[in-house]
Amino acid sequence: MADKNVFDYAPAPESRAVVDIRSSYGLFVGGEFVDPVGGRSFKTISPATEEVLAEVSEASEHDVDLAVKAARKAYTRVWSRMSGRERSKYLFRIARILQERSRELAVLESLDNGKPIKESRDVDVPLAAAHFFYYAGWADKLEHAGFGPDPQPLGVAGQVIPWNFPLLMLAWKIAPALACGNTVVLKPAETTPLTALLFAEICQQADLPPGVVNIVTGAGGTGRAIVAHEDVDKVAFTGSTEVGRLIARTVAGTDKKVTLELGGKAANIVFDDAPVDQAVEGIVNGIFFNQGHVCCAGSRLLVQESVADEVLERLKRRMATLRVGDPLDKNTDVGAINSAEQLAKIRQLSEVGESEGAERWSPACDLPSHGFWFPPTVFTGVSQAHRIAREEIFGPVLSVLTFRTPTEAVEKANNTPFGLSAGVWTDKGSRILWTAEKLRAGVVWANTFNKFDPTSPFGGYQESGYGREGGRHGLEGYIR
Amino acid sequence: MTRIDVRKTYKLYVGGAFPRSESGRSYVVEDAKGKFLANAAQASRKDARDAVQAARKAFAGWSARTPYNRGQVVYRIAEVLESRAAQLVDEVQRGEGETKRQAQASVEATVDRLVWYAGWADKLAQVVGGTNPVAAPYFDFSLPEPTGVVAVVAPQESSLLGLVSVVAPVVVTGNTVVVAASAERPVPAITLSEVLATSDVPGGVVNVLTGPIGDTVPTLAAHMDVNALDLTGVSDPATAADLERAAAENLKRVLRPEAAEPDWTLDPGLDRMTRFLETKTVWHPVGI
Repeated sequence: MADKNVFDYAPAPESRAVVDIRSSYGLFVGGEFVDPVGGRSFKTISPATEEVLAEVSEASEHDVDLAVKAARKAYTRVWSRMSGRERSKYLFRIARILQERSRELAVLESLDNGKPIKESRDVDVPLAAAHFFYYAGWADKLEHAGFGPDPQPLGVAGQVIPWNFPLLMLAWKIAPALACGNTVVLKPAETTPLTALLFAEICQQADLPPGVVNIVTGAGGTGRAIVAHEDVDKVAFTGSTEVGRLIARTVAGTDKKVTLELGGKAANIVFDDAPVDQAVEGIVNGIFFNQGHVCCAGSRLLVQESVADEVLERLKRRMATLRVGDPLDKNTDVGAINSAEQLAKIRQLSEVGESEGAERWSPACDLPSHGFWFPPTVFTGVSQAHRIAREEIFGPVLSVLTFRTPTEAVEKANNTPFGLSAGVWTDKGSRILWTAEKLRAGVVWANTFNKFDPTSPFGGYQESGYGREGGRHGLEGYIR
Repeated sequence: MTRIDVRKTYKLYVGGAFPRSESGRSYVVEDAKGKFLANAAQASRKDARDAVQAARKAFAGWSARTPYNRGQVVYRIAEVLESRAAQLVDEVQRGEGETKRQAQASVEATVDRLVWYAGWADKLAQVVGGTNPVAAPYFDFSLPEPTGVVAVVAPQESSLLGLVSVVAPVVVTGNTVVVAASAERPVPAITLSEVLATSDVPGGVVNVLTGPIGDTVPTLAAHMDVNALDLTGVSDPATAADLERAAAENLKRVLRPEAAEPDWTLDPGLDRMTRFLETKTVWHPVGI
């Protein structure tokens, strides 16, 4: 026992004092926080403790209409007339304020979402700021972007984002939209609205013209109202493939431009010559980063048969060192599951995994008594027909399959209706390029995983959606 | 005595072969003046599914060709088309009711369009792809890849130039295609199929269906092994909306029709190629 404790970490909690959460929030429409017309609201909680953080407005169809009107007015009167150079400076201002208030944003994100502070602090918030910096620079250079000599904005963009990277997804949506001269109505996910509402304050601090950014909180009904609104010219959605399909049906026959970033079931392929320790780190990062709440998570490990035992043994040893618990503790590797609903889904699919005959393993770990928690889990003996090898679990659950030849690896990797991302681990350069070429996926990480950058286009093949976010490619969804 | 000419049976083009419709049906095609031209094959839902299967089978091989090779094959289509120019001028003239001079211009523009697209095969990746200057020690690049099997509803008016203007950009980048030809003016599409069959285009890369689009296109729009749908030739907005809804089931990339048929003599730009491409981004660490 004494030996074990030598390597235990003392708690290193990040202070909550830096955030000032209001007891209730209105909708951010036309540059002001306003009460919703219907007066309905809902609570947002900390998934780590189930503590109520704030009361948030639920936008009705009417509220969405007011937000779209505010966005249209700002588009027609101000934003579409402003020169790219001036728009650009507003985006740079926002980027700077995101950096200035980064500690606050990180703590708030971890509180509302449940993700470890080291991730919100080192990944989500810096990348969000970087996105604004990147697209700020595009605003006055669009005619050089390769989409014709005189690219024009679309108008009002309706944007619906998920709960897994609340602020980062907001940045992926708003930065390119504004850079191209559009105005936006954005709905954050109902379980994670707080950083978007803080972003609204940042827009005020930046003196962004009223109506250029509107934030309406709510659930599926609010999202549907945005997507279906007839004065919305562009729909951008990140979320499940199921909802993506509904959106594609809703916009059929309209002039709305659409980009969809949907689900995935990424294969992470480990060849027998891979550097095993690095590969194990990559597997862990691929599936346990952000509790596995990642559309591009490496949720299917395909490991070459000859090294499968060794890789699994080292993987389990590594998993046993993962620290699951308080998201605000700087030592935490795996935080809370975002909601009771998501936890139920992860539990259900894991039970299906067992009942279909796969073998389940988790390291011993003490989970907190309150909040929503699921231990890092690995399933072995998984076949391609198992539901845990086909469906997106969106949690810290890894399915392990084996292969003998590179061709078999690629066939198994591509045997999915998704096509968002994939990983490949090998020391042989030609094999990396061969595998990357054969994989039908929008992002291929070779000897790395879950890396993101504003300059790097991201998006899927097949049922993982269409359009790209990030880089020059990310402009295309916001101009004509 | 005058010689009795030998008439041709107008059939479908699927998987490199020329089958009749499995349904055994045909329909009457008339020229612009209402005079009988041919009994063309009336493709069925089953023909549409067979065509998708052929296109899927051809995809791996065609998309794996080098861009240089695909460019040569598309250029070869232009060469063979040029050698059939007289026949096509006659068919376009009769079908579209144009003057000979107009039909000639249309056929010449078609050949030139193929040559233009042929040249894009080994250039597009440099124009729309590249390296991404990420803020970390990684080599990161993006490149275009074909979307897969693309179903195309060809323009109804421009039966040759329009047809080639929608098919060439899809296949030159490595996609395979099932195209529903102009329903009332299918003859140039059938001749084009004969051109394709003799110009080194592997069987199944282009599959041509003739007949009323309502017989086949709903099947193509809903088909789970079709990756994208070009609705250019659908003139009724309600029909186009229905097809787009059906296409949502597996999230096909959909190109909506314009309000009126485009002017095919204009510079096409890159849009019809990039619409049916996916961007793949690859990361690798840099280090010693």
